[in-house]
Amino acid sequence: MLHMIGKRSILMLGMLLGLLVITFSISHIAPGDPAALAAGPDATQEMIDQVREEYGFDKPLVEQFFIYVGGIFEGNLGRSVYTTRPVAEDLMVYFPATLELVLYSILFAIVLGVPLGVISAVKQNGWVDNVVRIVSSSGVGLPMFWLGLMLQLYFSLKLGWFPLGGRLDLMTDPPTAITGMYTVDALLTLRFGVFFEALHYMVLPAIALSFPALASIVRVNRAEMIETLSLDYVTNARAQGISRFRMIAVYALKNAMLPTMAIIGLRFGWMLGGTVLIESVFDWPGVGLYALQAVTASDFEPVMAVTLILGAWFMLTNFLIDIIYGVLDPRVRGRA
Amino acid sequence: MTELPVLEIRDYRLNFNTFDGVYHALDGVNLAVGKGQSLGIVGETGCGKSVTVRNVLGLLPSPPAEVISGEILYNGLDMLKVTPAEMQKIRGIEIAMIFQDPMTYLNPVFTIGTQMIDVILAHQKALDKHARKNKKQARAHAIEMLRKVHLPNPESQIDRYPHELSGGMRQRVLIAMALSGSPKLLIADEPTTALDVTIQAQILDLIAELVEDMGLSVIIITHDLGVVAKVCDNVAVMYAGQVVEYGTIDEVFGQPKHPYTEGLLKSIPHPGKPPEELYGIPGFLPNLLTPPVGCRFQARCAKAMDICGTPPVNRNNVGHDRTVLCHLYEEGFADA
Amino acid sequence: MMTDIIDTPAEPTFRERHASTIRTWRLYARTFRNNGAAMIGLIIIAGFMFLVIFGPSIVPYPEDALGATHIENKLQPPSEKHWFGTDEVGNDVFTRVVIGARVSLQIGLIITGISMLIGVPLGIIAGYVGGWVEESIMRITDIFLSIPGLILAIAIVGVLGPGIGNAMLAISLVWWPGYVRLVQAKTLSLKSAIYVDAARSMGASKMRIVFVHILPNCLSPIIVKVSMDMGMAILYAASLGFLGLGAQPPFPEWGAMISVGRNYLPDWWWYSFFPGLAIFLTVLGFNLLGDGLRDILDPKGRE
Repeated sequence: MLHMIGKRSILMLGMLLGLLVITFSISHIAPGDPAALAAGPDATQEMIDQVREEYGFDKPLVEQFFIYVGGIFEGNLGRSVYTTRPVAEDLMVYFPATLELVLYSILFAIVLGVPLGVISAVKQNGWVDNVVRIVSSSGVGLPMFWLGLMLQLYFSLKLGWFPLGGRLDLMTDPPTAITGMYTVDALLTLRFGVFFEALHYMVLPAIALSFPALASIVRVNRAEMIETLSLDYVTNARAQGISRFRMIAVYALKNAMLPTMAIIGLRFGWMLGGTVLIESVFDWPGVGLYALQAVTASDFEPVMAVTLILGAWFMLTNFLIDIIYGVLDPRVRGRA
Repeated sequence: MTELPVLEIRDYRLNFNTFDGVYHALDGVNLAVGKGQSLGIVGETGCGKSVTVRNVLGLLPSPPAEVISGEILYNGLDMLKVTPAEMQKIRGIEIAMIFQDPMTYLNPVFTIGTQMIDVILAHQKALDKHARKNKKQARAHAIEMLRKVHLPNPESQIDRYPHELSGGMRQRVLIAMALSGSPKLLIADEPTTALDVTIQAQILDLIAELVEDMGLSVIIITHDLGVVAKVCDNVAVMYAGQVVEYGTIDEVFGQPKHPYTEGLLKSIPHPGKPPEELYGIPGFLPNLLTPPVGCRFQARCAKAMDICGTPPVNRNNVGHDRTVLCHLYEEGFADA
Repeated sequence: MMTDIIDTPAEPTFRERHASTIRTWRLYARTFRNNGAAMIGLIIIAGFMFLVIFGPSIVPYPEDALGATHIENKLQPPSEKHWFGTDEVGNDVFTRVVIGARVSLQIGLIITGISMLIGVPLGIIAGYVGGWVEESIMRITDIFLSIPGLILAIAIVGVLGPGIGNAMLAISLVWWPGYVRLVQAKTLSLKSAIYVDAARSMGASKMRIVFVHILPNCLSPIIVKVSMDMGMAILYAASLGFLGLGAQPPFPEWGAMISVGRNYLPDWWWYSFFPGLAIFLTVLGFNLLGDGLRDILDPKGRE
């Protein structure tokens, strides 16, 4: 097991390096003058020259790469022309908002998706199954930004059940920043009113963001459960007197969870990408909206930083999923 | 047979409703096993041997399976009509089953100990509160059972995963699991087919030894006549969903009455017999979507007559507890 | 009938000559017909193709497609004259949604096309050549696959500048790794297959083995993937359009239409509702169709 974790860690470090190469390539080998790009749209020639000097755009590419990587390890992600602050500082503010949104969304997708998949498989062709199948097949094709708009249209504007966007009411004093995640901070500072308000603001964006992933998880989990329940070892467990509930909830589910884990990892990437869309729709002040505003303003370094941070996050998640895989499946553990 | 049989199957008919039509899998099966006796069921692949016994423990999914008529009496209780709760008190405790392929009948993601302990704990629910084993006792019992099936080092083997054991060892584990609830009747569905020849003999010896030790009644399903001859008292020969001949080993193998049994016995290779004298029954199993009218064996039978195409074909008694399903032995016919 | 056969030992009919092919296709058709979801997908895509081909000639206001101006008609609710209502400059939303089908098909084809042009050769090279070549191609592929696609596409568009062409290029640049992985795995398994061994032992050239033995056998999973990817590519392009980074209004691309239409919520809901519905149905159609195709062409290729 340790052997496997070690091996995966080295692999992940390699991947992170590859990620740096990609973001570096996009920002440094792009058509046009990279210095002008980094300096922003309104920069004077003097400013551009200054940027060229500072970033070493006139040096050989390999050297530029080391300067780039060195800067990142020092926490230097560049400066945003749009907010005029260092990108790293901006990210400290915006990242927790995205983290909170994504965590709630993936939690929602798993907590709802896995049981729905199981129920659907156990009651195959029953009405629950039919509803679940129709909704989950449609979910994969649903544009999440449109779903977000339609949820806003119906639940906020028409019914008035949920706020239109944002993380908290403008008049509410946000909780003291400890983690930067409002629900967590509100609990830590014992402001339960704020906690529920933050949750209330979370509902629609989290549903919109998690829906495609939820649909995928349900589909895969259902298919795997159906297959697993028809396998010999399940028949054996039944013949030996294991109860039906235990057989489904323990014997079959643990096996079916392996492919489900893989799909969760895959769809997590969609979710991270989707944050840009959902944050734009719900005016959620996270890194997605930050990157989008930067792109629109041709403010380049925040975009690269967000790409880097979301890419690293996705890699880390897949690393964790690999480890969970190893915990669940003894056959993988041995192989490493 | 003087006392009541442990298990008696009467006029059992079962169909599979498939996409291509109704598959008449079993057509009037009659069988009985007495206390402490062992019965062999032999026949070609696809003749309905496994299907016959699967529903003793309610293991056939319905649909597609549909019981048309008959009863399966275990000590007078009709197993086709018991409630799931009653079935739970029979599986593994009264009747246990072992299956063909030890590779696929153990759950790959749990240790064999976990699986055995689970089974043993499931059996405890049928007992009085004070008699129940706790987890530690269950583990001790599991180790004891593993020792009983001659698994080397049961104390350490118990914590291994199925993929770490050989096929023969896994079959021993499955037998230990099946017998852990001290059942009265053991059903072994092709227990040695997937194993090497040398291992086969060991497993058969083991089953014979345990049957003796525990005073079990046994049903062994196999296409290997040698296995039956070695372990069983009585034998039922099945063909295309019917029992065509039933009697003691000596009677059936010594003086086969049904033309199919004769053919089957003639087709066994043995060292003293030159291969060119080996007999093969001409033709194929009939398609049970459209079973032949009258005798199901008529198309391949060397002794077929006009009357063979006319139903019904009766079960004829040709000795004490000895039956043949053939027009040749019709009352008054044999004398003619 | 007997005499017929003896007297005329003539040409076998078309049906007889191609008996096995016909049987295979009938089996395919049957498998497909029994799959309700796949049939729905087929119907949706048939409708979509109908709009692609005949759209320009059946829409009521063809001049609205690329943005005309009838301010006097602006933001009309759905009616008999304007089934999907009109937008803020008075263009018929129905016309623009129908024409959008054509745009979407082009987008989907171009993105999957470029991705295949990059991914398939790399996959074959990786699988066939092996060694460090394979190792480096596959590691690069892995890195691309482990970056959230939409984010990377946004970053690339950020450098190239917004626009439908750049958006398609950016999406293609994040899309090709999927094809590398698919084709490499398939090539690897084919390379060891008996008939390729036989071809090699008979001295067939590498090129011949690739084009005659490996490529045709990769076709089924590629077709399945393309069919699934068409929908997703359209969805990605629409997402960029929605963010203002893809197609620019008044170009009749569904995502771009929603991007403008969202400013007119909630009162003028039809403006963003119908283009979204069109994206949804199209993506759904391609997905269901792809699922169905996989069941008949590549039954083992499930995720």
